[in-house]
Amino acid sequence: MNFGLTDEQSMIVKATKDFVENELYPYEKEVEETAFLRPELHRELKQKAIDAGLYAANMPVEVGGAGLDPVAWILYEKELGKAHYALHYNCVGRPSNILLACEGEQREKYLFPSIRGERVDCLALTEPSAGSDVRGMKTTAILQGDEFVINGTKHFISHADHADFVILFAASGEEESPRGKKKLITALLVDMGTPGFEVRPGYKNVSHRGYNNCILEFNDCRVPKSQMLGELHKGFEVANTWLSATRLQVAATCLGRAERALDLAKQWSVDRVQFGQQIGKFQGVSFKLADMALELRAAELLTLEAAWKLGQGTATDSDMAMAKLKATEMLAMVADEALQIHGGMGLMSDLPLERIWRDARIERIWDGTSEVQRHIISRSLLRPLGG
Amino acid sequence: MRKILVGIKRVVDYNVRIRVKPDNSGVVLDGVKMSVNPFDEIALEEALRIRERGEAEEIVAVSIGPDDAQQQLRTALAMGADRAILVKHDGMLEPLTVAKTLMAIVSREQPELVILGKQAIDDDNSQATQMLSALWDRPQVTCASKVEIKGNTLSVVREVDAGLETLEVDLPAVISADLRLNEPRYVKLPDIMKAKKKPLDVVEFASLNVATPGQLTATHYEPPKARAKGVMVKDVAELISALKNKGLV
Repeated sequence: MNFGLTDEQSMIVKATKDFVENELYPYEKEVEETAFLRPELHRELKQKAIDAGLYAANMPVEVGGAGLDPVAWILYEKELGKAHYALHYNCVGRPSNILLACEGEQREKYLFPSIRGERVDCLALTEPSAGSDVRGMKTTAILQGDEFVINGTKHFISHADHADFVILFAASGEEESPRGKKKLITALLVDMGTPGFEVRPGYKNVSHRGYNNCILEFNDCRVPKSQMLGELHKGFEVANTWLSATRLQVAATCLGRAERALDLAKQWSVDRVQFGQQIGKFQGVSFKLADMALELRAAELLTLEAAWKLGQGTATDSDMAMAKLKATEMLAMVADEALQIHGGMGLMSDLPLERIWRDARIERIWDGTSEVQRHIISRSLLRPLGG
Repeated sequence: MRKILVGIKRVVDYNVRIRVKPDNSGVVLDGVKMSVNPFDEIALEEALRIRERGEAEEIVAVSIGPDDAQQQLRTALAMGADRAILVKHDGMLEPLTVAKTLMAIVSREQPELVILGKQAIDDDNSQATQMLSALWDRPQVTCASKVEIKGNTLSVVREVDAGLETLEVDLPAVISADLRLNEPRYVKLPDIMKAKKKPLDVVEFASLNVATPGQLTATHYEPPKARAKGVMVKDVAELISALKNKGLV
């Protein structure tokens, strides 16, 4: 068992870290205060990310990506995750892996331009009445002749305001199952500007300011059958093949921000003097630091192990769920304690801590709530026993 | 120009706080982050720019150090060097031995230009360029802040106490890179993956038959004394009087 990084992996960490610290950190305050990523800044940073080969590095070499193995990819995500979300996600894009399901002309129209940074995807699953219960979705895409007719509403759709097309999941039919009727889901590629498809601003919220969620409305929106991603009624199969890894992405970005919060807390513990000594010398602070470091290490090992298994082809849903659950709950704890160590100063917007603390909250909800992750883990424990 | 040789030294990363071993026999290296000497990165960046202008064909990165120095050479290859040579040697080397070792590689490779960092941030010796120039019997320009190639001559601007000095030297020559020569590029992620396939030769130090003078040995390491606590002064007048009291002005 080797826990060391290869030379390539170490270099990837350094290259990503250098970019994040030099190019993204300087703009964090602006984006946070205005909750807006200026289009010219967006363009400039995106071009720099493309030039540095960081853009779409998650994609395989054969299609124009950097071909990072899963462990290297997670290390890269961790470094990116240290920066403000609106900056790293919009400027250093990682096109959804699901685009690898593109076939024929779809590759030219969606996959390759996304990797080159010419087009941007967003993913639409969630609906006002279909959150954790994804299959309860009401948006329909009914095949009529050679066209799908789409109707319904999606919400909480991240960065749809920056996207050129949406990877949409919609109910395309029903089938009988032992537990009653079950919706069949199909994945579709729908371009912005398609008649009958409208994107509206979403809700203001507590986390990731400037990284917006949107509402998508479909009213008799018609797209040709050729826009189907994967097979008819097999949308979840496409999603399951390609999307499970996004939970590791969430875990990795949490590791990055937790490390940043811990670094700030460590520094403050030696710089801040109260009652005539560094506050880090008080057990009340030092034990917090020890616990934060411990939790971070545990979450990191769990995430890297899941990534390694992904590379070996042995990763299970439960592995992904454990990494996501641990890393997101760890971030909540580390961010909160880092803020506590800073006292009143921790609440001030002069430091990135209060932002990290607020941003941490969404991580236990999106890409599967903590409860859904626990369900996945417990199911994998009991099913083999007939549970 | 056919070939540029660039020196790459493995040093403790500039962000690391240096600690001396408890027995004063050296600095702590175990588990410490190591990087390419920043001035060597600048030297390599300059070589890459010369090649990109079509004024050189090949860039060879050379390092003298332990097996682990391959990591730094891989970084050089990822930045864009064509191939790398590691002269494998454990332990300390004095500047003259470094220069003689580089001379042995220069004899083998016959480059038209050697670019080194003006100094390494670990020992700060700043002697290899000058000594290599003497051994090679070719011109040197240290502390370069601008480099231009005009046919078979090299025009180099260097920062000196009086301002900027421009020197012209004939090639082959050796120069050392100063801080303001350029800003090294980001290593591109796909290039990191490709660097694995570029050639990296490992040469045993002993096989070069470099005479080691052994004039220098390090006997004792000690950290600088901790800075005494300062005092805050209200204004310049108070500062002047405080300095006068201490007999410093």
